[in-house]
Amino acid sequence: MEQYLSIFLKSIFVENLALAFFLGMCTFLAVSKKVKTSVGLGVAVIVIMTITIPANNLIYQHLLKKGALAFLGLPNVDLTFLGLISYIGVIAAMVQILEMTLDRYFPPLYNALGIFLPLITVNCAILGGSLLMVERDYNFSESVVYGFGCGVGWALAIAALAGIREKMKYSDVPDGLKGLGITFITVGLMALAFMSFGGI
Amino acid sequence: MADKPKDVLFNPLFNNNPIALQVLGICSALAVTTKLSTSVVMALAVTFTLVCSNAAVSLIRKQIPGSIRIIVQMTIIASLVILVDQTLKAFAYDISKQMSVFVGLIITNCIVMGRAEAFAMKNSVGLSMLDGLGNAMGYNIILIGVGFFRELFGSGTLFGMTVLPLAKNGGWYQANGLMLLSPSAFFIIGIFIWLIRAWKPAQVEQEN
Repeated sequence: MEQYLSIFLKSIFVENLALAFFLGMCTFLAVSKKVKTSVGLGVAVIVIMTITIPANNLIYQHLLKKGALAFLGLPNVDLTFLGLISYIGVIAAMVQILEMTLDRYFPPLYNALGIFLPLITVNCAILGGSLLMVERDYNFSESVVYGFGCGVGWALAIAALAGIREKMKYSDVPDGLKGLGITFITVGLMALAFMSFGGI
Repeated sequence: MADKPKDVLFNPLFNNNPIALQVLGICSALAVTTKLSTSVVMALAVTFTLVCSNAAVSLIRKQIPGSIRIIVQMTIIASLVILVDQTLKAFAYDISKQMSVFVGLIITNCIVMGRAEAFAMKNSVGLSMLDGLGNAMGYNIILIGVGFFRELFGSGTLFGMTVLPLAKNGGWYQANGLMLLSPSAFFIIGIFIWLIRAWKPAQVEQEN
């Protein structure tokens, strides 16, 4: 139990995908102008991550890993080089399925998320989460916890940044730094703050 | 956008830099810039992927049905990235270990997808390759620039060779540990953007 808790807390605070690994930066910077939209995106990311990271874990453990195809009489086949293409396939398919399910059964939520769902396919945080999970060789239940934790961490970071950016409208920023420049520096300061969680 | 080959090649360098202005491809770039050598490898890998994917997408742009184009582009890009990944593992194992997951993340590097979608789907093969090269150059300038400053000030070396002798080794330079940590990459890019915009004021964002 303790080990799950530590994976969970680590993935939210210590190894926050957005602020420690720079993953999902493009959407992170582009969609963080308003708290409301960024919370919507954050929720979508949590859902997709909690589904895709365990799904990719199953694919890795049972199809791609060296020796995983032993039940077919092929104990020496190592398909790990196909990893990238299958993970991205799973992510794209999951996003599509989620989009259709939401559209059919939860139209209000679908309308609220709107354009963010397709955007998630190219969100590096999702693929990065899957790759990091493979690199650390998590088992299935660990990967569920890890996926959820990563999603929460990312959502937390984008919501916090959006909050800061809303307040920043009232401050007097030098011309050249307006918009993107000051956002970068803000994110840098946030990353510094998150590093203080390192000791936990 | 002008369609002259020269403009297509050189515009992305400063006028329309993918990182500073288009906000693309920041994700997979920053984490590898603690050292100059990994940034150069990353730059080469992205250049290769971007030129080839733009060429391939442009070649079959008339055959791709609109509704599944994202999947087709993804597959092309993912195959190219697997090539790069395997080559790195075979010939530069140490560097590929240091870069860990970030080689794979070139797939979701928004520059590659963005240029395939925005340029290669509409233009001829030659122009698309030039566009890929130009955008890769714009990306490389930032990447290598950030890598240069972080390695120089963070550990006093360039490509692993000592430039500023460190105080702990009897030299005079006190290493700036902050430069090796992730936040410094954000600060450096923020300052880069400031410089570019101070030089070309037309890029300054207006309040809406």
